[in-house]
Amino acid sequence: MGINRREFLRLAGLSTLLGLGGKTAFELLAPGQLEAQQYVPEPGAFKAKRWAMVVDMRKLDEKTAHKCINACHLTHNVPDIANPVNPAAAVSPEEQVRFRIKWLWKEDFHNAFPGDEHDNLQEKLHHMKFLVLCNHCDNPPCVRVCPTKATFRRPDGMVMMDMHRCIGCRYCMAACPFGARSFNWRDPRPYIKEVNLNYPTREIGVVEKCTFCDERLSKGQMPACVEASGGALIFGDLGDPKSKVRDQLRTYFTLRRKAHLGTYPQVYYIV
Amino acid sequence: MDHNGNYKNEFGWFADKPKVPKKLFNFKAVFIGVVIFVVLVTSPLWKNLGQVIPGPDPQLNTAAIMKLPEKDRTCVESKEYMRANHMLLLGEWRDEVVRDANRDYVNSKGKKYLASLSNNCMECHSNKSQFCDQCHNYVAVVPNCWGCHWEKEKEKKQVAQSEAK
Repeated sequence: MGINRREFLRLAGLSTLLGLGGKTAFELLAPGQLEAQQYVPEPGAFKAKRWAMVVDMRKLDEKTAHKCINACHLTHNVPDIANPVNPAAAVSPEEQVRFRIKWLWKEDFHNAFPGDEHDNLQEKLHHMKFLVLCNHCDNPPCVRVCPTKATFRRPDGMVMMDMHRCIGCRYCMAACPFGARSFNWRDPRPYIKEVNLNYPTREIGVVEKCTFCDERLSKGQMPACVEASGGALIFGDLGDPKSKVRDQLRTYFTLRRKAHLGTYPQVYYIV
Repeated sequence: MDHNGNYKNEFGWFADKPKVPKKLFNFKAVFIGVVIFVVLVTSPLWKNLGQVIPGPDPQLNTAAIMKLPEKDRTCVESKEYMRANHMLLLGEWRDEVVRDANRDYVNSKGKKYLASLSNNCMECHSNKSQFCDQCHNYVAVVPNCWGCHWEKEKEKKQVAQSEAK
């Protein structure tokens, strides 16, 4: 003999109530040990709708470029594979190229903007060394191919790396049309002359790149290269019409690297 | 055996009475083998029998901690919570900092801390070998924090040494 209709409905109703209220009752009677814990950004952190950079090549001379690169590499413990601390760790010239770690580096016009060069270029373009970095694309192919979501796009447009998740598959390196990603073929520590103990290094077997200095922005500081550039690099929020980058983009004609590929790079060049 | 009492082989020819195969189970040999196996497998137990392995002894007496007044000598959460859950908390910090740029942690008492292993935890617990390694070695876990994050104390010592040279 089964239960009758009335009994069944009563049981079903009661168990629904218990299911809905049970968890709340549990929380009320035995509250979690760390109820109040939460995470907040640091006070004074810079926030933006869309971070972007303008490189003003009219102001950027060789010396400033070097200053920017040094500032970046010093801040982020970027190894210099060609110059190890201990000469025993030296690698062959071929490997120096292959193992090189690039965050911010110089490139000729025909390498930085392939397809935009022609036989009768403006004279000054032949001598210009363009400062190139990760473009923090709006449609980043590296993010799309990453199998572990180690590289991801933040809501403020920054393309970030989570080194903890990187498995070193190098799909992102194949996907990035700008060569902005470097693989750590070696333990980078023996190749860092001066270390910044407040910023971690990377390990052998992970990919790394420019992060737009997210750790500095969250402290309310401009990126290291921008600070060192003395106005040649302009950094700011594209979402804010009054920002400096928007002002520059409005005033001058700007180039983007390989814009035809549709990755929507967010580093602009004034030539 | 056919009805005439003759034995035949697989081709139907006459053959000798098949030999009864030897017993496969040789009790003596198997017994000795089992004893050797058991002794070998349990040998680590015998080796350490009667030995007292000292338990982990994490030290909390670094200069940075001793400098604090007695009542402020607390970690970001209670001792019991940290003992059981520090790895989970650190993992949470990592995700919040890297993914959402939330670099400050507000603890259960409402106090704010910088969520950083090298720049906060290790400022107080600067004695990695006497603090972290004590328990980690005892329970044989190898966290891979230090491949990237600096052991500041060690690095500073090395710099001082190289400068002294």
